[in-house]
Amino acid sequence: MTRMSPAAATTAFLTVNGVSVPLGDSATPHTTTLDWLRDRGLTGSKEGCAEGECGACAVMVARAGTDGTATEWVAVNSCLVPVAALDGQEVVTVEGLGAPDRLHPVQQELADRGGSQCGYCTPGFVCSMAAEFYRAGRTAAGPEHASEPDVTADHEHGPNGFDLAALSGNLCRCTGYRPIRDAAYALGLPEESDPFAKRRLSAPTPARPTRLVADGAEFVRPSTLAETVQLLADHPDAVVLAGSTDVGVELNLKGSRPPLLVAVDRLPELRDLRVADDEVRIGAALTLTEIERGLGGRVPLLARLFPQFASPLIRNGATLGGNVGTASPIGDCAPALLALDASLVLSGPGGERVVALADYFTGYRESIRQPGELIREVRVPLPLSALVAFHKVAKRRFDDISSVAVAFALDVVDGTVTRARIGLGGVAATPIRALRTEAALEGARWTPETVTAAASVLATEGTPLSDHRASDRYRSAMLGQSLHRLYAEQGTISRVAP
Amino acid sequence: MSRLSERPAAAVVGQAVRHESAALHVTGRALYTDDLHPRTKDVLHAWPVQAPHARARVTGLRVRPAYAVPGVVRVLTAEDVPGINDAGVKHDEPLFPSEVCFHGHAVCWVLGESLEAARRGAVAVEVDYEPLPSIITLAEAIAAESFQGAQPTVQRGDAEAALARSSHVFHGELELAGQEHFYLETHAALATVEDDGRLFVQSSTQHPTETQEIVAHVLGLRNHEVTVQCLRMGGGFGGKEMQPHGYAAVAALGATLTGRPVRLRLNRTQDLTMSGKRHGFHARWRVGFDDAGLLQALEATLTSDGGWSLDLSEPVLARALCHVDNNYWIPDVRVTGRVARTHKTSQTAFRGFGGPQGMLVIEDILGRCAPLLGIEPHELRRRNFYEDGQTTPYGQVITQAERVQRAWDQVAEDGDLARRRAEIAEFNATHEHLKRSVAVTPVKFGISFNLTAFNQAGALVHVYKDGSVLVNHGGTEMGQGLHTKMLQVAATTLGVLPEIVRLAPTRTDKVPNTSATAASSGADLNGGAVKDACEQIRERLAHVAAQRLGVPAPDVRFSGGVVSGLGTEHTLPWADLVHSAYFARTQLFAAGYYRTEGLHWNSTVMRGSPFKYFAHGVAATEVEVDGFTGAHRTLRVDIVHDVGDSLSPLVDVGQIEGAYVQGAGWLTLEDLRWDTGDGEHRGRLATASASTYKLPSFSEMPPVLNVTLLERAHEEGAVYGSKAVGEPPLMLAFAVREALRQACAAFGPEGTSVDLASPATPEAVYWALQEARAGHDPEVEAGPGPTPPEADPAAPTRHPESESALQHLSEA
Repeated sequence: MTRMSPAAATTAFLTVNGVSVPLGDSATPHTTTLDWLRDRGLTGSKEGCAEGECGACAVMVARAGTDGTATEWVAVNSCLVPVAALDGQEVVTVEGLGAPDRLHPVQQELADRGGSQCGYCTPGFVCSMAAEFYRAGRTAAGPEHASEPDVTADHEHGPNGFDLAALSGNLCRCTGYRPIRDAAYALGLPEESDPFAKRRLSAPTPARPTRLVADGAEFVRPSTLAETVQLLADHPDAVVLAGSTDVGVELNLKGSRPPLLVAVDRLPELRDLRVADDEVRIGAALTLTEIERGLGGRVPLLARLFPQFASPLIRNGATLGGNVGTASPIGDCAPALLALDASLVLSGPGGERVVALADYFTGYRESIRQPGELIREVRVPLPLSALVAFHKVAKRRFDDISSVAVAFALDVVDGTVTRARIGLGGVAATPIRALRTEAALEGARWTPETVTAAASVLATEGTPLSDHRASDRYRSAMLGQSLHRLYAEQGTISRVAP
Repeated sequence: MSRLSERPAAAVVGQAVRHESAALHVTGRALYTDDLHPRTKDVLHAWPVQAPHARARVTGLRVRPAYAVPGVVRVLTAEDVPGINDAGVKHDEPLFPSEVCFHGHAVCWVLGESLEAARRGAVAVEVDYEPLPSIITLAEAIAAESFQGAQPTVQRGDAEAALARSSHVFHGELELAGQEHFYLETHAALATVEDDGRLFVQSSTQHPTETQEIVAHVLGLRNHEVTVQCLRMGGGFGGKEMQPHGYAAVAALGATLTGRPVRLRLNRTQDLTMSGKRHGFHARWRVGFDDAGLLQALEATLTSDGGWSLDLSEPVLARALCHVDNNYWIPDVRVTGRVARTHKTSQTAFRGFGGPQGMLVIEDILGRCAPLLGIEPHELRRRNFYEDGQTTPYGQVITQAERVQRAWDQVAEDGDLARRRAEIAEFNATHEHLKRSVAVTPVKFGISFNLTAFNQAGALVHVYKDGSVLVNHGGTEMGQGLHTKMLQVAATTLGVLPEIVRLAPTRTDKVPNTSATAASSGADLNGGAVKDACEQIRERLAHVAAQRLGVPAPDVRFSGGVVSGLGTEHTLPWADLVHSAYFARTQLFAAGYYRTEGLHWNSTVMRGSPFKYFAHGVAATEVEVDGFTGAHRTLRVDIVHDVGDSLSPLVDVGQIEGAYVQGAGWLTLEDLRWDTGDGEHRGRLATASASTYKLPSFSEMPPVLNVTLLERAHEEGAVYGSKAVGEPPLMLAFAVREALRQACAAFGPEGTSVDLASPATPEAVYWALQEARAGHDPEVEAGPGPTPPEADPAAPTRHPESESALQHLSEA
């Protein structure tokens, strides 16, 4: 289909649990890693939802470390990632971690503490938990192997430094989670002889250029940005694949079968993170996890956003480029980036252009991005506003889709609002700025009266709909309430909503 | 103490052992039904053609285009059915329908060499539909008087007269939503044809016998020609009691027609759009209290949303009516039930089986009326508790009222409720935008199938020559730890170490005519049967041991893998004894049987003593509500629950915690939404995926969750003194709903009565607290209000097959 030099599909392989496994004839560009593993008899990983919500399919992938190690074990949803996207890379499944007669420490704790009932979600929990077990930054805050973890001290972290959020993308319908938490909090640190711990010290196997043609479709991982944009220009029906957290859902649930998938997630041109004097530049193909760690809280609004964005299993794949690229009205990054006055660098065959994010969206899942264009970078201008908040209203506290998302970035100087940027999600066909509210705030005194007046304006922004997530009435009410809440909390994080 | 409940010293039951399959679960080695097809040759894959209408006549079906799709092998239609085209026991569930009755109803199934081929083939099938008018909501069904099945009434005394003489009379309505099971493992089956046309069907089913019977009647076979096996389930929760049969039958039909193994697994969207759920209910009620807040009378009509076919809706409704009292003495009662027919999935069993819906009615009433009576909700509840000797509205005598009271007191003490209530009052006084509250609610839940005949079970226990033990029984393992408990029962009865006992997968050719693993009764029933089988073997071995030890057989003791005799130092290792018993030609296997004694029930008049006993529990839950958004979180939960003398404490605590969280999900988060508009998608499930239907996740786990098993709780007449645990703790979650109601009230003036929608999602809580702030007039109104509708006299009486069979017996 293309004139690229084919890295022959016959040589494609994955290293699974330490063994090199050829991709084989049955794999197509649309075959998910989960189905591929299961077809090879590795049926430990399960399909619970096929859209990255339940984590029963979680496996670990070896990637370049963001935690101070050369290689990091990263848990991802194998149901979302086409197996071709992992050509040349290393995957560890629940079967590779241990066996019934030699349980891995994570498996041992889960088994002993009643962490499995029906057992169907368990392999996914094991992989998510093992990835956190091996996180280099995890350090025991208290005595190791505390007999009974002090759960009241810190709801989100165990005495062993275990970040409970690491499990928030895994659903269990049986246990109610308490024994799983206790298992996680009882883990020590990996032994030095632990092969997975040792693996972290040497470099990961990088993704390599790939081309797979089968079943009338093609999967391509180009090696350069120039190749990529040319390919996209030549094939307007090509689908760009980064973390596959959105494309994977389209493949699985909607049955979409794009004729050409182009993987961009490892393009070096899209993976740079730089804090310059006047702006922060974020590569479009960096995962949200990589951005969160790389920024280290230097963009407080994004630091508020990331923990509320889906789950770590998704954030380990999802990218800013993908989240903005889909132009979904309910993607949570866009409202925050709108409030940050962000702009996008679009790369095409003819070169690059920079567009303000506020000008980017043109309609429901539509944007000004031309065929052949790729979001290369997101730029956030500096300095940042001082008063920021990200309010996500959803049914569930974490890992839910927003009914309404409101991002605030305000400057208040000597009691007067000097600048206001408010990004909204979930209240229109696209993410929008609350321009009328911004105008009502700018230049006004930062007082309860101003807030009340501006909140009533904010409640009329957008054109919210009623659907299964929320009523239009509630969405509008939440817009207004969000400003009241901002004022009441003055930017501190609420105790109830995250 | 009965022989059944007596527990020997050093018993294996009562030990906190891990799940029998734990090591397999955590290493991914545990096999589920859909893990089998990659290990099976030449498997075909099935994909349904789902209708895009809530209700429509199928006027044309053209399967030929599907055969043009590469890899499509066969399209299964009604014409292929050699037996009865029905997937249920009520003969109202055509497997291949000529009229589709809900959005997503499968018209036919495509078999392909790959799942992809089957999927593409299904897209190619052409179906003509003639859309018909549909009923989607419960309100529409009630207005249209669209009902199905019996309309039973539980009645005692004269509720009308009692209401008339009550000092305080209120009336109101309640609509509560259903719930999706969302077992992590969706429905799955793998059917294989054996050499002479017999079928071997592996199915994720809670009811292998009924799966076998349905497969047989669809294929026109006798039951002995079909074997059903369930390895284990990735969760069931009632959703695999009735619902797996049709899918198993489709796979079996495909295997019969093609001669190849057929695998059928629903993906999540198919499972959500095709399989039944917990029934949503509507209740209209009138209640009377005296000046002390004591309940005088309750009159109510409960209408459940049955969906398109009856399924288990009648027994679910019966259990709802039998639980509308929860733990409260109500002298005069008249409660009528109806099953609405709507064009939705056929709602079915779900953990609690109508009990939660019935109990929610009275808890909702008490929660709404307490402020109107000027009595603290927890005090109002306690005052109305049953006392021993009182009877339930359907006539069963209360004998363990003390246990609820004891659990109530212990929760108050362990949970330090008095101090915390004061702290909460202080917190609320100083926080404008956040309010907290703690609520306490009791559970009393009847154990046994209402339908007496189902309360029987069988087991088949083998002891091999090396002393190892293999236990078959009729129950299925869905994560609830039944196999673990049965292992412990067998090891206890035989006096052996648990390591030498294995549990076999459940198969209909090992133990026939089994009841569903349901109604929390799995351990009670199958435990009795396993114990019986083991006792037979032990008795035979005792005679062999008596000779070797030189003591009378009654003096032989089995414990910890050692066989000893009273009055002798000499002992025998278990394996030695078994070995010699074989050579002494001793039968080393036995079939066990158990039936629950002392039950009687007449489902036509809704009277009797249908339950062996009641399980009890009390929960206190503290919540915090955000006044800006209605978002809420649970801060702390304290539970004391009655499991009798626990067979397996780690399993029981796990069941209690898991049930609580599942119940909390039903009441506060999980939100089934159908398209109720008149557009082209009318009737479509709007929450047909994991991204739109949200289960509790880690973020909903209460940070403090204290579960204590009630002490001094021996259950006379149940296996090793234990009690059932599967369903009852789900209803402990009422405490979270009542706490949310109270926290909403705290945003308003003193004495505010709060109507709270169910589920109490953040949006529902937000509107409730906004109304409280506005000091609104509650929808619960004083005065008798309109009379709840009565049963339709023309509705059929419920007279289940087993009851008529028994009647024939007694007449004979």
